[in-house]
Amino acid sequence: MELLDGNLELKEIQNLQGHTDRVWSIAWNPATAAADVPAVFASCSGDKTVRIWEASPSTRSWDCKAVLEETHTRTVRSCAWSPSGKLLATASFDATTAIWENVGGDFECVSTLEGHENEVKSVSWNASGSLLATCGRDRTVWIWEVMPGNEFECIEVLQGHTQDVKMVQWHPTMDILFSCSYDNTVKVWWSEDAEGDWSCVQTLGESSKNHLCTLSGYHDRTIFSVHWSREGIIASGAADDAIRLFVESKDGLMNGPSYQLLLKKEKAHDMDVNSVQWFPGEKRLLASGSDDGAIKIWELETLPG
Amino acid sequence: MVSGLINANPVVYEKKERQVRSIATIPDEYAVEPIDQQEIFDHIRDIKDPEHPYSLEELKVITEDAIEVDNERSYVRVTFTPTVEHCSMATVIGLCLRVKLMRSLPSRYKMDIRVAPGTHATEAAVNKQLNDKERVAAALENPNLLDMVDECLAPSYG
Repeated sequence: MELLDGNLELKEIQNLQGHTDRVWSIAWNPATAAADVPAVFASCSGDKTVRIWEASPSTRSWDCKAVLEETHTRTVRSCAWSPSGKLLATASFDATTAIWENVGGDFECVSTLEGHENEVKSVSWNASGSLLATCGRDRTVWIWEVMPGNEFECIEVLQGHTQDVKMVQWHPTMDILFSCSYDNTVKVWWSEDAEGDWSCVQTLGESSKNHLCTLSGYHDRTIFSVHWSREGIIASGAADDAIRLFVESKDGLMNGPSYQLLLKKEKAHDMDVNSVQWFPGEKRLLASGSDDGAIKIWELETLPG
Repeated sequence: MVSGLINANPVVYEKKERQVRSIATIPDEYAVEPIDQQEIFDHIRDIKDPEHPYSLEELKVITEDAIEVDNERSYVRVTFTPTVEHCSMATVIGLCLRVKLMRSLPSRYKMDIRVAPGTHATEAAVNKQLNDKERVAAALENPNLLDMVDECLAPSYG
Protein backbone atom coordinates (compact mmCIF):
# COMPACT_ATOMS: atom_id res chain seq x y z
CA MET A 1 0.00 0.00 0.00
CA GLU A 2 1.45 3.27 -1.14
CA LEU A 3 0.92 5.02 2.19
CA LEU A 4 3.02 2.58 4.14
CA ASP A 5 5.87 2.46 1.63
CA GLY A 6 6.66 6.13 1.30
CA ASN A 7 8.30 8.51 3.68
CA LEU A 8 5.52 10.82 4.73
CA GLU A 9 5.50 14.11 6.56
CA LEU A 10 2.77 16.33 7.95
CA LYS A 11 3.89 19.75 6.87
CA GLU A 12 2.47 22.88 8.46
CA ILE A 13 1.02 25.06 5.69
CA GLN A 14 -0.54 27.79 7.77
CA ASN A 15 -1.13 28.98 11.33
CA LEU A 16 -4.41 30.88 11.57
CA GLN A 17 -4.95 33.30 14.44
CA GLY A 18 -8.15 35.11 15.22
CA HIS A 19 -10.12 33.34 17.90
CA THR A 20 -9.54 34.84 21.35
CA ASP A 21 -10.22 31.66 23.27
CA ARG A 22 -9.75 27.94 22.66
CA VAL A 23 -10.89 26.45 19.35
CA TRP A 24 -13.18 23.52 20.06
CA SER A 25 -14.23 22.26 16.61
CA ILE A 26 -13.59 22.60 12.91
CA ALA A 27 -15.78 21.58 9.99
CA TRP A 28 -14.96 21.67 6.28
CA ASN A 29 -17.77 22.74 3.95
CA PRO A 30 -18.47 19.62 1.85
CA ALA A 31 -19.58 21.70 -1.14
CA THR A 32 -16.09 23.17 -1.42
CA ALA A 33 -14.30 19.87 -1.91
CA ALA A 34 -14.12 20.21 -5.69
CA ALA A 35 -10.81 21.32 -7.16
CA ASP A 36 -12.11 24.49 -8.80
CA VAL A 37 -13.90 25.81 -5.70
CA PRO A 38 -12.08 27.69 -2.90
CA ALA A 39 -11.98 25.43 0.15
CA VAL A 40 -14.03 26.70 3.09
CA PHE A 41 -14.16 25.61 6.71
CA ALA A 42 -15.81 26.82 9.90
CA SER A 43 -14.28 26.94 13.38
CA CYS A 44 -16.02 27.49 16.69
CA SER A 45 -14.62 28.69 19.98
CA GLY A 46 -14.84 29.45 23.67
CA ASP A 47 -14.89 33.10 22.55
CA LYS A 48 -18.59 32.53 21.66
CA THR A 49 -18.00 33.07 17.95
CA VAL A 50 -17.78 31.00 14.81
CA ARG A 51 -15.30 31.95 12.11
CA ILE A 52 -15.57 31.11 8.42
CA TRP A 53 -12.28 30.66 6.58
CA GLU A 54 -11.84 30.55 2.81
CA ALA A 55 -8.84 29.69 0.67
CA SER A 56 -7.76 32.53 -1.57
CA PRO A 57 -7.11 31.24 -5.12
CA SER A 58 -4.24 33.66 -5.67
CA THR A 59 -2.27 33.27 -2.44
CA ARG A 60 -3.44 29.68 -1.81
CA SER A 61 -3.78 30.51 1.86
CA TRP A 62 -6.82 30.89 4.06
CA ASP A 63 -8.36 34.15 5.24
CA CYS A 64 -11.11 34.72 7.73
CA LYS A 65 -14.14 35.66 5.65
CA ALA A 66 -16.69 36.09 8.41
CA VAL A 67 -17.07 36.16 12.17
CA LEU A 68 -20.45 34.91 13.36
CA GLU A 69 -20.91 36.73 16.63
CA GLU A 70 -23.49 38.29 18.93
CA THR A 71 -25.72 35.25 18.71
CA HIS A 72 -24.43 32.62 21.07
CA THR A 73 -23.98 33.88 24.63
CA ARG A 74 -21.61 31.12 25.71
CA THR A 75 -18.95 28.81 24.27
CA VAL A 76 -19.74 27.42 20.83
CA ARG A 77 -18.75 23.79 21.16
CA SER A 78 -19.50 22.18 17.81
CA CYS A 79 -20.35 23.11 14.22
CA ALA A 80 -21.53 21.14 11.22
CA TRP A 81 -22.36 22.00 7.61
CA SER A 82 -25.42 20.51 5.93
CA PRO A 83 -24.49 18.05 3.14
CA SER A 84 -25.36 20.68 0.50
CA GLY A 85 -23.02 23.13 2.20
CA LYS A 86 -25.79 25.74 2.29
CA LEU A 87 -26.43 25.72 6.04
CA LEU A 88 -24.19 25.69 9.10
CA ALA A 89 -25.43 24.44 12.46
CA THR A 90 -23.63 25.60 15.61
CA ALA A 91 -24.15 24.04 19.04
CA SER A 92 -23.49 26.08 22.17
CA PHE A 93 -23.21 25.85 25.96
CA ASP A 94 -25.98 28.49 25.97
CA ALA A 95 -28.37 25.55 25.38
CA THR A 96 -29.25 26.56 21.82
CA THR A 97 -28.30 25.42 18.34
CA ALA A 98 -28.15 28.14 15.72
CA ILE A 99 -28.65 27.60 11.99
CA TRP A 100 -26.82 29.96 9.66
CA GLU A 101 -27.21 30.60 5.96
CA ASN A 102 -24.82 32.31 3.60
CA VAL A 103 -26.88 35.17 2.14
CA GLY A 104 -24.77 36.91 -0.49
CA GLY A 105 -21.52 36.63 1.43
CA ASP A 106 -22.99 37.42 4.84
CA PHE A 107 -23.93 34.70 7.24
CA GLU A 108 -27.32 35.18 8.84
CA CYS A 109 -28.78 33.24 11.71
CA VAL A 110 -32.01 31.93 10.16
CA SER A 111 -33.17 29.76 13.01
CA THR A 112 -32.47 29.03 16.69
CA LEU A 113 -33.27 25.59 18.05
CA GLU A 114 -34.22 25.64 21.71
CA GLY A 115 -35.19 22.88 24.05
CA HIS A 116 -32.12 21.42 25.67
CA GLU A 117 -32.02 22.18 29.39
CA ASN A 118 -28.35 23.04 29.45
CA GLU A 119 -25.15 22.86 27.38
CA VAL A 120 -25.52 21.48 23.86
CA LYS A 121 -22.34 19.63 23.01
CA SER A 122 -22.64 18.30 19.49
CA VAL A 123 -24.66 18.64 16.27
CA SER A 124 -24.78 16.40 13.21
CA TRP A 125 -26.71 16.31 9.90
CA ASN A 126 -27.83 13.06 8.32
CA ALA A 127 -26.60 12.08 4.85
CA SER A 128 -29.52 13.65 2.97
CA GLY A 129 -29.69 16.79 5.07
CA SER A 130 -33.30 16.09 6.07
CA LEU A 131 -32.55 15.52 9.74
CA LEU A 132 -30.40 17.17 12.39
CA ALA A 133 -29.36 15.67 15.73
CA THR A 134 -28.18 17.47 18.86
CA CYS A 135 -27.16 16.26 22.32
CA GLY A 136 -26.11 17.69 25.64
CA ARG A 137 -25.47 17.56 29.35
CA ASP A 138 -29.20 17.09 29.98
CA ARG A 139 -28.59 13.43 28.92
CA THR A 140 -30.86 13.66 25.90
CA VAL A 141 -30.44 13.40 22.15
CA TRP A 142 -32.84 15.47 20.04
CA ILE A 143 -33.77 14.77 16.44
CA TRP A 144 -35.01 17.69 14.36
CA GLU A 145 -36.68 17.55 10.97
CA VAL A 146 -35.71 20.15 8.40
CA MET A 147 -38.82 21.81 7.00
CA PRO A 148 -39.26 24.29 4.17
CA GLY A 149 -38.32 27.88 4.84
CA ASN A 150 -35.54 26.99 7.29
CA GLU A 151 -37.99 25.76 9.88
CA PHE A 152 -36.94 22.99 12.21
CA GLU A 153 -39.29 20.75 14.11
CA CYS A 154 -38.24 18.50 16.93
CA ILE A 155 -39.55 15.04 16.13
CA GLU A 156 -37.96 13.09 18.96
CA VAL A 157 -36.28 13.53 22.33
CA LEU A 158 -34.28 10.39 23.00
CA GLN A 159 -33.77 9.36 26.60
CA GLY A 160 -31.55 6.48 27.55
CA HIS A 161 -28.12 7.74 28.39
CA THR A 162 -27.69 8.05 32.14
CA GLN A 163 -25.21 10.93 31.94
CA ASP A 164 -24.03 13.84 29.80
CA VAL A 165 -24.15 13.06 26.05
CA LYS A 166 -20.98 14.40 24.48
CA MET A 167 -21.30 13.67 20.79
CA VAL A 168 -23.74 12.60 18.10
CA GLN A 169 -22.95 11.46 14.60
CA TRP A 170 -25.08 10.04 11.80
CA HIS A 171 -24.04 7.04 9.72
CA PRO A 172 -22.57 8.28 6.40
CA THR A 173 -25.29 6.73 4.24
CA MET A 174 -28.12 5.38 6.40
CA ASP A 175 -30.42 7.13 8.86
CA ILE A 176 -28.83 5.53 11.89
CA LEU A 177 -27.69 7.80 14.70
CA PHE A 178 -24.82 7.22 17.12
CA SER A 179 -24.36 9.00 20.42
CA CYS A 180 -21.59 8.75 22.96
CA SER A 181 -21.81 9.66 26.58
CA TYR A 182 -20.09 10.37 29.89
CA ASP A 183 -21.81 7.15 30.99
CA ASN A 184 -19.11 5.31 29.00
CA THR A 185 -21.46 3.91 26.36
CA VAL A 186 -22.19 4.50 22.69
CA LYS A 187 -25.85 4.14 21.73
CA VAL A 188 -27.27 3.30 18.33
CA TRP A 189 -30.65 4.88 17.50
CA TRP A 190 -32.96 3.88 14.67
CA SER A 191 -36.49 4.28 13.45
CA GLU A 192 -38.36 1.67 11.40
CA ASP A 193 -39.83 4.22 9.04
CA ALA A 194 -40.40 7.92 8.57
CA GLU A 195 -43.45 7.95 10.84
CA GLY A 196 -42.09 5.57 13.43
CA ASP A 197 -40.61 6.25 16.81
CA TRP A 198 -36.92 6.26 17.27
CA SER A 199 -35.43 3.90 19.79
CA CYS A 200 -32.10 2.68 21.00
CA VAL A 201 -31.39 -0.55 19.18
CA GLN A 202 -27.98 -1.19 20.65
CA THR A 203 -25.73 0.01 23.45
CA LEU A 204 -22.00 -0.45 22.94
CA GLY A 205 -19.88 -0.73 26.02
CA GLU A 206 -16.50 -2.03 26.96
CA SER A 207 -17.08 -5.63 26.04
CA SER A 208 -19.46 -5.41 23.10
CA LYS A 209 -19.29 -8.08 20.44
CA ASN A 210 -18.91 -5.61 17.56
CA HIS A 211 -15.70 -4.26 19.02
CA LEU A 212 -12.91 -4.82 16.50
CA CYS A 213 -9.83 -3.08 17.74
CA THR A 214 -8.46 -0.58 20.25
CA LEU A 215 -5.41 1.56 19.52
CA SER A 216 -3.73 2.36 22.81
CA GLY A 217 -0.37 3.41 24.10
CA TYR A 218 0.05 6.23 21.58
CA HIS A 219 -1.40 9.32 23.22
CA ASP A 220 -0.87 9.65 26.96
CA ARG A 221 -3.70 12.06 27.65
CA THR A 222 -7.31 12.51 26.54
CA ILE A 223 -7.92 12.07 22.83
CA PHE A 224 -10.37 14.78 21.84
CA SER A 225 -10.85 14.17 18.17
CA VAL A 226 -10.53 11.46 15.59
CA HIS A 227 -11.31 11.57 11.86
CA TRP A 228 -11.08 9.14 8.96
CA SER A 229 -9.83 10.44 5.60
CA ARG A 230 -11.17 9.35 2.19
CA GLU A 231 -8.16 7.07 1.86
CA GLY A 232 -8.63 5.49 5.27
CA ILE A 233 -6.02 7.42 7.24
CA ILE A 234 -7.16 7.96 10.83
CA ALA A 235 -6.06 11.27 12.36
CA SER A 236 -6.24 11.80 16.12
CA GLY A 237 -5.75 14.96 18.16
CA ALA A 238 -5.12 14.86 21.90
CA ALA A 239 -4.36 16.71 25.12
CA ASP A 240 -0.69 15.80 24.73
CA ASP A 241 -0.54 18.52 22.05
CA ALA A 242 0.10 15.90 19.38
CA ILE A 243 -1.53 14.73 16.17
CA ARG A 244 -1.12 11.09 15.17
CA LEU A 245 -1.99 9.34 11.93
CA PHE A 246 -2.84 5.65 11.69
CA VAL A 247 -3.43 3.29 8.77
CA GLU A 248 -4.61 -0.26 8.50
CA SER A 249 -1.71 -2.64 8.66
CA LYS A 250 -1.47 -5.47 6.21
CA ASP A 251 0.20 -8.19 8.20
CA GLY A 252 -2.92 -10.31 8.08
CA LEU A 253 -1.96 -11.96 11.36
CA MET A 254 -5.06 -10.96 13.27
CA ASN A 255 -8.69 -11.77 12.81
CA GLY A 256 -10.05 -8.52 11.48
CA PRO A 257 -8.34 -5.19 10.92
CA SER A 258 -5.38 -3.91 12.86
CA TYR A 259 -3.81 -0.49 12.64
CA GLN A 260 -0.37 0.94 12.87
CA LEU A 261 1.05 4.37 13.47
CA LEU A 262 1.83 6.12 10.18
CA LEU A 263 3.37 9.21 11.72
CA LYS A 264 3.22 11.43 14.76
CA LYS A 265 3.44 15.19 15.02
CA GLU A 266 4.43 16.06 18.57
CA LYS A 267 3.93 19.65 19.68
CA ALA A 268 1.56 20.15 16.74
CA HIS A 269 0.16 22.95 18.89
CA ASP A 270 1.31 24.65 22.11
CA MET A 271 -1.67 23.24 23.99
CA ASP A 272 -4.33 20.52 23.69
CA VAL A 273 -5.49 19.62 20.18
CA ASN A 274 -9.31 19.60 20.33
CA SER A 275 -10.22 18.93 16.72
CA VAL A 276 -8.69 17.32 13.63
CA GLN A 277 -10.56 17.26 10.33
CA TRP A 278 -9.47 16.00 6.93
CA PHE A 279 -10.32 18.11 3.91
CA PRO A 280 -13.09 16.22 2.02
CA GLY A 281 -11.53 16.80 -1.40
CA GLU A 282 -8.57 15.27 -3.14
CA LYS A 283 -5.77 17.23 -1.53
CA ARG A 284 -4.36 15.60 1.60
CA LEU A 285 -5.05 18.52 3.88
CA LEU A 286 -5.77 18.37 7.61
CA ALA A 287 -7.11 21.19 9.78
CA SER A 288 -6.50 21.20 13.53
CA GLY A 289 -7.82 23.45 16.31
CA SER A 290 -6.35 23.92 19.76
CA ASP A 291 -6.70 25.32 23.28
CA ASP A 292 -4.02 27.80 22.22
CA GLY A 293 -6.66 29.51 20.03
CA ALA A 294 -4.85 28.68 16.81
CA ILE A 295 -5.97 26.70 13.79
CA LYS A 296 -3.35 24.99 11.69
CA ILE A 297 -3.59 23.65 8.17
CA TRP A 298 -1.32 20.70 7.40
CA GLU A 299 -0.52 18.85 4.22
CA LEU A 300 0.44 15.21 4.17
CA GLU A 301 3.40 15.11 1.80
CA THR A 302 5.67 12.43 0.50
CA LEU A 303 9.28 13.29 1.19
CA PRO A 304 11.60 13.14 -1.81
CA GLY A 305 13.97 10.18 -2.21
CA MET B 1 -28.76 24.58 49.47
CA VAL B 2 -27.58 22.73 52.57
CA SER B 3 -28.98 24.20 55.76
CA GLY B 4 -26.00 23.23 57.89
CA LEU B 5 -22.32 23.08 57.07
CA ILE B 6 -21.00 19.77 55.77
CA ASN B 7 -18.35 19.79 58.44
CA ALA B 8 -19.25 22.19 61.22
CA ASN B 9 -16.13 21.60 63.28
CA PRO B 10 -13.11 21.17 61.05
CA VAL B 11 -9.73 20.47 62.53
CA VAL B 12 -7.53 23.50 62.02
CA TYR B 13 -3.80 23.07 61.76
CA GLU B 14 -1.01 25.56 62.15
CA LYS B 15 0.29 27.10 58.97
CA LYS B 16 3.76 26.06 57.92
CA GLU B 17 6.43 28.71 58.07
CA ARG B 18 6.82 30.16 54.65
CA GLN B 19 9.93 31.13 52.74
CA VAL B 20 10.05 34.56 51.24
CA ARG B 21 10.28 34.20 47.49
CA SER B 22 9.45 36.53 44.69
CA ILE B 23 6.58 34.93 42.93
CA ALA B 24 5.75 36.48 39.57
CA THR B 25 2.14 37.59 39.50
CA ILE B 26 1.96 37.12 35.75
CA PRO B 27 3.14 33.70 34.58
CA ASP B 28 6.27 33.94 32.51
CA GLU B 29 5.50 31.78 29.48
CA TYR B 30 9.14 31.42 28.63
CA ALA B 31 10.40 30.68 32.15
CA VAL B 32 12.94 27.93 32.00
CA GLU B 33 13.57 27.78 35.72
CA PRO B 34 12.16 24.58 37.07
CA ILE B 35 8.98 24.93 39.09
CA ASP B 36 9.08 22.93 42.30
CA GLN B 37 6.59 21.57 44.82
CA GLN B 38 7.17 24.55 47.11
CA GLU B 39 6.26 27.04 44.40
CA ILE B 40 3.08 25.22 43.45
CA PHE B 41 2.16 24.95 47.12
CA ASP B 42 2.69 28.70 47.55
CA HIS B 43 0.17 29.34 44.75
CA ILE B 44 -2.55 27.28 46.42
CA ARG B 45 -1.93 27.20 50.17
CA ASP B 46 -3.96 30.33 50.93
CA ILE B 47 -7.02 29.38 48.92
CA LYS B 48 -9.95 29.66 51.27
CA ASP B 49 -12.11 26.64 51.94
CA PRO B 50 -15.59 27.24 50.42
CA GLU B 51 -17.31 26.69 53.75
CA HIS B 52 -14.98 27.84 56.50
CA PRO B 53 -12.84 30.94 57.06
CA TYR B 54 -9.67 28.87 56.90
CA SER B 55 -7.18 28.16 54.15
CA LEU B 56 -6.76 24.78 52.48
CA GLU B 57 -3.35 24.60 54.17
CA GLU B 58 -4.80 25.24 57.63
CA LEU B 59 -7.36 22.49 57.13
CA LYS B 60 -4.66 20.20 55.70
CA VAL B 61 -6.75 19.77 52.57
CA ILE B 62 -3.51 20.24 50.67
CA THR B 63 0.06 19.66 51.73
CA GLU B 64 3.35 20.18 49.95
CA ASP B 65 3.97 16.43 49.72
CA ALA B 66 0.76 15.89 47.85
CA ILE B 67 2.07 17.87 44.91
CA GLU B 68 3.94 16.15 42.07
CA VAL B 69 5.85 18.16 39.48
CA ASP B 70 7.65 16.98 36.38
CA ASN B 71 9.24 19.95 34.64
CA GLU B 72 10.55 18.02 31.67
CA ARG B 73 7.07 16.92 30.80
CA SER B 74 5.49 20.16 32.08
CA TYR B 75 3.19 18.13 34.27
CA VAL B 76 1.65 18.78 37.69
CA ARG B 77 -0.57 16.60 39.82
CA VAL B 78 -2.23 17.90 42.97
CA THR B 79 -3.85 15.46 45.37
CA PHE B 80 -6.15 16.98 47.96
CA THR B 81 -7.89 15.54 51.00
CA PRO B 82 -11.40 16.75 51.72
CA THR B 83 -12.08 17.17 55.44
CA VAL B 84 -14.94 14.69 55.39
CA GLU B 85 -15.69 11.64 53.22
CA HIS B 86 -19.02 12.91 51.94
CA CYS B 87 -17.81 16.40 51.23
CA SER B 88 -20.04 17.91 48.56
CA MET B 89 -17.59 20.77 48.24
CA ALA B 90 -14.92 18.46 46.83
CA THR B 91 -15.65 19.46 43.25
CA VAL B 92 -15.58 23.17 44.18
CA ILE B 93 -12.24 22.77 45.94
CA GLY B 94 -10.85 20.87 42.97
CA LEU B 95 -12.10 23.60 40.64
CA CYS B 96 -10.45 26.29 42.78
CA LEU B 97 -7.15 24.45 42.65
CA ARG B 98 -7.33 24.09 38.88
CA VAL B 99 -8.31 27.71 38.26
CA LYS B 100 -5.57 29.11 40.51
CA LEU B 101 -2.90 26.98 38.86
CA MET B 102 -4.22 27.73 35.36
CA ARG B 103 -3.85 31.41 36.13
CA SER B 104 -0.42 31.02 37.74
CA LEU B 105 1.52 28.52 35.66
CA PRO B 106 2.77 28.78 32.05
CA SER B 107 0.12 27.44 29.66
CA ARG B 108 2.26 24.49 28.61
CA TYR B 109 1.65 22.80 31.97
CA LYS B 110 -0.72 19.83 32.02
CA MET B 111 -2.58 19.40 35.27
CA ASP B 112 -4.33 16.55 36.98
CA ILE B 113 -6.31 17.23 40.16
CA ARG B 114 -7.55 14.36 42.27
CA VAL B 115 -8.80 13.51 45.73
CA ALA B 116 -6.49 11.42 47.86
CA PRO B 117 -7.37 7.75 47.37
CA GLY B 118 -9.76 6.49 50.00
CA THR B 119 -10.78 9.93 51.25
CA HIS B 120 -14.04 10.43 49.42
CA ALA B 121 -17.17 8.35 49.06
CA THR B 122 -17.50 8.99 45.31
CA GLU B 123 -13.80 9.33 44.53
CA ALA B 124 -13.92 8.06 40.94
CA ALA B 125 -16.86 10.29 40.02
CA VAL B 126 -15.25 13.38 41.57
CA ASN B 127 -11.91 12.73 39.86
CA LYS B 128 -13.60 12.17 36.50
CA GLN B 129 -15.48 15.45 36.73
CA LEU B 130 -12.48 17.45 37.93
CA ASN B 131 -10.42 16.33 34.96
CA ASP B 132 -13.08 16.63 32.27
CA LYS B 133 -12.00 19.75 30.41
CA GLU B 134 -15.38 20.27 28.80
CA ARG B 135 -17.22 20.07 32.14
CA VAL B 136 -14.72 22.41 33.78
CA ALA B 137 -15.08 24.93 30.94
CA ALA B 138 -18.87 24.87 31.20
CA ALA B 139 -18.76 25.19 35.00
CA LEU B 140 -16.54 28.25 34.76
CA GLU B 141 -19.15 29.92 32.54
CA ASN B 142 -21.62 29.71 35.40
CA PRO B 143 -21.45 33.14 37.06
CA ASN B 144 -22.51 31.89 40.50
CA LEU B 145 -19.88 29.18 40.54
CA LEU B 146 -17.25 31.56 39.20
CA ASP B 147 -18.06 34.04 41.98
CA MET B 148 -17.66 31.31 44.57
CA VAL B 149 -14.32 30.28 43.10
CA ASP B 150 -13.05 33.86 42.94
CA GLU B 151 -14.04 34.39 46.55
CA CYS B 152 -12.05 31.33 47.61
CA LEU B 153 -9.11 32.41 45.50
CA ALA B 154 -8.97 36.03 46.70
CA PRO B 155 -6.70 35.46 49.74
CA SER B 156 -4.26 33.46 47.60
CA TYR B 157 -3.18 36.36 45.42
CA GLY B 158 -1.12 37.94 48.20
